[in-house]
Amino acid sequence: MLEGYIPIFIIIFISAAFAFLNINLSSLLGPNRPNKEKLSTYESGMEPIGTAHDRFSIKYYMVAVSFIVFDIEVVFLYPWAVSFLNFPKPEMIYSFVIGLIFIVVLAVGLIYEYKKGVLKWD
Amino acid sequence: MPEWLIELLITFAKIAVVHGVLLTAVAYTVYLERRVSAFIQNRIGPNRVGPEGLLQPLADVIKLLMKEDIVPERANRFVHALAPGISIIVALSTIAVVPFGDTIELFGRQIKLQIADVNVGILYIFALLSLGVYGITLSGWASNSKYSLLGGLRSSAQMISYELSMGLSVIGVIIISGTLQLDEIVYAQYGWKWNIILQPVGFIIFLVASFAETNRLPFDLPEAEQELVGGYHTEYSSMKFALFFLAEYAAIIVSSAVIATLYLGGWQFPYLQDFGLPQIVTSILQVLTFSVKVVALVFFFIWIRWTIPRFRYDQLMDLGWKVMLPIALANLLVTALVVLLLK
Repeated sequence: MLEGYIPIFIIIFISAAFAFLNINLSSLLGPNRPNKEKLSTYESGMEPIGTAHDRFSIKYYMVAVSFIVFDIEVVFLYPWAVSFLNFPKPEMIYSFVIGLIFIVVLAVGLIYEYKKGVLKWD
Repeated sequence: MPEWLIELLITFAKIAVVHGVLLTAVAYTVYLERRVSAFIQNRIGPNRVGPEGLLQPLADVIKLLMKEDIVPERANRFVHALAPGISIIVALSTIAVVPFGDTIELFGRQIKLQIADVNVGILYIFALLSLGVYGITLSGWASNSKYSLLGGLRSSAQMISYELSMGLSVIGVIIISGTLQLDEIVYAQYGWKWNIILQPVGFIIFLVASFAETNRLPFDLPEAEQELVGGYHTEYSSMKFALFFLAEYAAIIVSSAVIATLYLGGWQFPYLQDFGLPQIVTSILQVLTFSVKVVALVFFFIWIRWTIPRFRYDQLMDLGWKVMLPIALANLLVTALVVLLLK
């Protein structure tokens, strides 16, 4: 079954070749007349103050951490969803209850985050 | 010739055709967007290059290729060049698992109109979607400009937030069809059993999340011109800049193709197989059906962009986490319950 993935590797390789070609094409075809103003960082015409590699709002981290938790849970739901239809009735009821518990745990986590104000932007 | 070599050549031919069509479609989607936006705003739009401006995309590409490639001296040169590459690789590779027609018989061979028929099709799409975040985030970081950084951060937070509801809304479709394989999902939508009818809520969530994933209005906060100049591509010029645009429009087309496959019956035209047409005509009509669905969705993307104003950032995050995510969870449970009761 793994040979089904060969076309995927080929298409990724071709896309990468296309990207590499295009990234380098402009520096070959275009003019190259750098000067100090042109190469400075854009900041609405002002002299750039400091660097952008600085601290930024914690809220982005919070979103990223919540995302990791929920995304893993979403991925765990996929195999459950694929096999759900193919179960006979008694197993299906069992499977549904299991899925329900899983989703309730997920929802409780979401409500907890909501109440804690993690998802609040102002 | 050995069998595997023929298979390999067929794969190369399919990739060449699909990439050719996709890149042409991208060029003309940009043109379409400019003409449609002009039409909506009571302007004319580009109409000088060629008849009705049809050669405009070509002129744009040549212009962008001939522009100077500027890399700010404080930028990280390697990552600055890598970021547009990631974006375009993701946008061009996602199409691999999308079936654009039924199996077709050509030169005595059965050819599947799908580049890679893997049994985890949906997972592959989501894996690549997640990688797409890197292109934008890294471009924002590597430019070392405040506007770029803010654009990149906003974009990554927005994309990962909506990816959750997107992933959850698709589970409804998976429960109904019992597979992750995209061609099986299309077969399951035979006749009028389109998933848009069986999964209306899931469809709406998926559609809205697609807008957010492709950074299109009303979710184009990452490149909100009034606040962030150009957002993550402020410091990009020439073909690197063009690659971001290519990636954005390719993402729109691929998203439309995925939506059409998952919810609008893919290449199925209701009961076309039963009309008794010759097999080759049926196949061509199916590919045409798929193209019409995709073009209609692309037009819908453009139409929305020029109709609805931009969200505020807190509204955007609230919508993603407090509205779409709970609805997607409820939709998933209701779907499972209905499947259980109908058994």
